[in-house]
Amino acid sequence: MFKLFNRSDSPSPSSAPSATPAQACEKPNSETLADPSAGDSSGVKGAFSGLRAALRQTRNGLLGQLKTLTADASDKPLDAEALEAFEEALIRADFGVDLAVALAEQARQKGLSARQLKPFLREELMRVLGAVSQSSRFNELSYGDDRLNIYFVVGVNGAGKTTLIGKLAHRFVGHGKRVIIAAGDTFRAAAEEQLGVWAQRAGAELVQTQTNDAAAVVYDALRLAQDGGDVAGSVVIIDTAGRLQNKFNLMEELGKMKRIIDKEAPARHVYEALLVVDATTGQNALSQAKVFAQAVNLTGVALTKLDGSAKGGIAFHIAKAHQLPVKLVGVGEQIDDLKDFDAVAFIDGLLDEEAL
Amino acid sequence: MLETLSDRLQQTLRFGTGKTLTLENMDDALKDVRRALLEADVSLRVVKEFIGRVREKAEGEAVLKSVNPGQQLVKVVHDELVHLLGETYAPLNLDEGSPNIIMMFGLQGSGKTTTSGKLARRLRKAGHNPLMIAADVYRPAAVDQLVALGKQLGIDTFSIAGSTDVQQIARQGLDKAKAEGFSHVIIDTAGRLQVDTDMMAELLLLERSFKPHEKLLVIDAMTGQEAIHVAEAFNTQLSVTGMVLTKLDGDARGGAALSVVSVTGKPIKLVGLSEKMDGLQDFHPDRLAGRILGMGDVVSLVEKAQSAIDEDEAKAIEAKMRKNEFSLEDFMKMQRMLKKLGSLDQILGMLPIPGLTKEMREMVAHGGEGQLKRIEAMINSMTPEERRQPDLIKKSRAQRIARGSGTKPEDVTQFLQMFEMMRAMMGGLTRASDQAKSGDQAGAEASMNKTMHSAMGQLMGKKGKKGKKNKMKGFPGMPGMPGMPGMPGFPSLPGGGKGGGFPFK
Ligand SMILES: Nc1nc2c(ncn2[C@@H]2O[C@H](COP(=O)(O)OP(=O)(O)OP(=O)(O)O)[C@@H](O)[C@H]2O)c(=O)[nH]1
Ligand SMILES: Nc1nc2c(ncn2[C@@H]2O[C@H](COP(=O)(O)OP(=O)(O)O)[C@@H](O)[C@H]2O)c(=O)[nH]1
Ligand SMILES: [Mg+2]
Ligand SMILES: [Mg+2]
Repeated sequence: MFKLFNRSDSPSPSSAPSATPAQACEKPNSETLADPSAGDSSGVKGAFSGLRAALRQTRNGLLGQLKTLTADASDKPLDAEALEAFEEALIRADFGVDLAVALAEQARQKGLSARQLKPFLREELMRVLGAVSQSSRFNELSYGDDRLNIYFVVGVNGAGKTTLIGKLAHRFVGHGKRVIIAAGDTFRAAAEEQLGVWAQRAGAELVQTQTNDAAAVVYDALRLAQDGGDVAGSVVIIDTAGRLQNKFNLMEELGKMKRIIDKEAPARHVYEALLVVDATTGQNALSQAKVFAQAVNLTGVALTKLDGSAKGGIAFHIAKAHQLPVKLVGVGEQIDDLKDFDAVAFIDGLLDEEAL
Repeated sequence: MLETLSDRLQQTLRFGTGKTLTLENMDDALKDVRRALLEADVSLRVVKEFIGRVREKAEGEAVLKSVNPGQQLVKVVHDELVHLLGETYAPLNLDEGSPNIIMMFGLQGSGKTTTSGKLARRLRKAGHNPLMIAADVYRPAAVDQLVALGKQLGIDTFSIAGSTDVQQIARQGLDKAKAEGFSHVIIDTAGRLQVDTDMMAELLLLERSFKPHEKLLVIDAMTGQEAIHVAEAFNTQLSVTGMVLTKLDGDARGGAALSVVSVTGKPIKLVGLSEKMDGLQDFHPDRLAGRILGMGDVVSLVEKAQSAIDEDEAKAIEAKMRKNEFSLEDFMKMQRMLKKLGSLDQILGMLPIPGLTKEMREMVAHGGEGQLKRIEAMINSMTPEERRQPDLIKKSRAQRIARGSGTKPEDVTQFLQMFEMMRAMMGGLTRASDQAKSGDQAGAEASMNKTMHSAMGQLMGKKGKKGKKNKMKGFPGMPGMPGMPGMPGFPSLPGGGKGGGFPFK
């Protein structure tokens, strides 16, 4: 995670205050806090197969559509028609025109045959997701059992923030952690009631305000977390009202909340600001990533509603344009429908037309 | 910032250099159209059909013979979009049945509950007596959300505490409506994936038992390629009567609208333009067409301005503009406010200035940001008197200011000329704003366009006369110009707060 702060292209200047020198050179002791229900000691494997199963809908599509074109087992280069079909399959998955055209063009230049297409795509997509060049932790949600862990959850209206928070809280509580949820959506009707239900289901503490000052809730939650003194391993998750990134004042409000975090968090803490993106979102997600990153120094993306038919190709576009790793995946409306993002599983899910 | 279709076609066809659109380069031009639509999130299948239609039209003589084929092609595309989006248009069916039943459905988080509240509010304003039925029994506190909206609006909401029986809730709600004489019921249902057969069956059952007069599919304007599948599935299973496109107050291009209309053949009936209860409007195909093509989006700019600008200060500045007392001090204040709006490039991109290419925008913006600093230095070197009355600044004063700010006297005079032009423009824009306020939308649009044109005209004229070197110099002088002068007038534009009513898009 701290790698992220050092990246030269890290988008927000506001990252500086929270990455104190002590923090920057010291790694938190992290455990693998994968989905406890996965039942596999490594955690990761369970998430892997779960994600794959959840992607059943998603997968019916990408290379499946190409099957007729790529069934040819010979080694002759793909013809123009096949390349176009390839490009179109990517576009249909919301990869965006640029990325789709670039990948198809590479395939053409390399003179790839049908058989070579899949390995090529897998490698390229892994690269795009940063899963090759970055450390193996790149796509992992940061957590330190020796410090306070702060998860700041932001995104446009209806993306799935509150639900994600419920699921995340449930996961941490399942690992025996103290979890405090800050009800930072003081705007939408019954937002607090909704979050309250999730907090109760997860067994987390809930901090609310009588006023509608979202920054005050953050302050209260961070104080509550630190009141007892020992914060090691504790978790604070901050819900925020959905907002469209072109609303200046609402983005300012997020900046204000971020500044409270910078000020009130203990010197050693984990900071994750997650942009929640609905997998059905089109190209607008790029603008979301850009503007939210400027406001709160995003550290990752949570891709929700992947249990639907959307392929979430926009995640590749975001990763490429903004070097933002996908860290979590929402695959349903139940409390344990949360998966760690696994680049290999995700890509194989997209490509593997016959795995299930 | 996304390139607009005109930007792209200008590169492809290089119009202005006499090259015309021919059958040979038609494919290249249409590729631009394809890309623009895909970047606006129109689903690929729909794009393909659409391109076919545009090709047919464009191959007609009118476009080929036109001196400005790029612009002409943009027009063909635009008109075809308007045509497709508007072809099926039909108003809400509110007169049938007693009560008239409206059912809302769609994916999770698309805006069903919010739209239910907005629609109830609209119905009551039109003299009806609506009842809302809370039939989302799955999402935590979904019932509370609708009840809270009802309370806020003073509109009755029916729910059964603890019940998970959607059919029973709807049945009893309807009984209540009949017994108590409600004219309309709005059934808010839970969000669901169109591939979730159990959940779709629930809707089907509701549909069969209650035969709603309106079945509204609520779609998020940010939806990507999946829009087509979502709309298709809901429509085949429930035969949708209309669609609501929400969150258009964002900066998504909204191409999903074309996808869903094409694939269902059903009209978009309403659009959501705010989280608040007054943010619901009728659908205007022409506005959306312009938006999909990225042809300037003054409405977004207005909204952004509204959220960024200090209303009181803006009013004060506006008053000064009207009295022609706008000073360099006010200019500085304005610049500070405008910085909040985003980069110059972004602002320029939102303005519907014909022929303003991406390159020009970037050049202006790039030159502009640097130039702004120099202008600040100049203004700082002026006396308060000079700031209030720039007319006082003649040769010797200009020399002094130049020395103080590390600029050249010509720079100072040039800036003051720009400032004069700006003042003139402000007059025009304030006028537009006044006209819009008084309901004269056409007049407002005309004033706005006239102002924009004359500003661009001045610029173009200048660079033409003074030759190449001066051309570049002319631009950096602009930072205060494009859009900025209009800003202070915008906050008070009518309906802006509701995100609408503004005529330009
Ligand atoms: N199918 C599916 N639905 C989801 C998922 N995550 C969230 N949802 C649903 O999406 C809708 C919106 O979720 P919320 O968590 O309320 O979203 P939010 O971003 O907090 O919304 P606002 O606070 O209103 O902006 C709800 O109906 C959720 O049940 C997911 O992974 N899959
Ligand atoms: N900015 C904006 N937000 C909207 C609009 N319509 C709905 N929302 C927001 O989108 C989110 C989901 O809306 P909701 O009505 O709860 O969606 P539902 O899950 O489909 O019932 C909420 O945060 C709403 O405030 C709109 O037109 N503009
Ligand atoms: Mg929420
Ligand atoms: Mg709802």
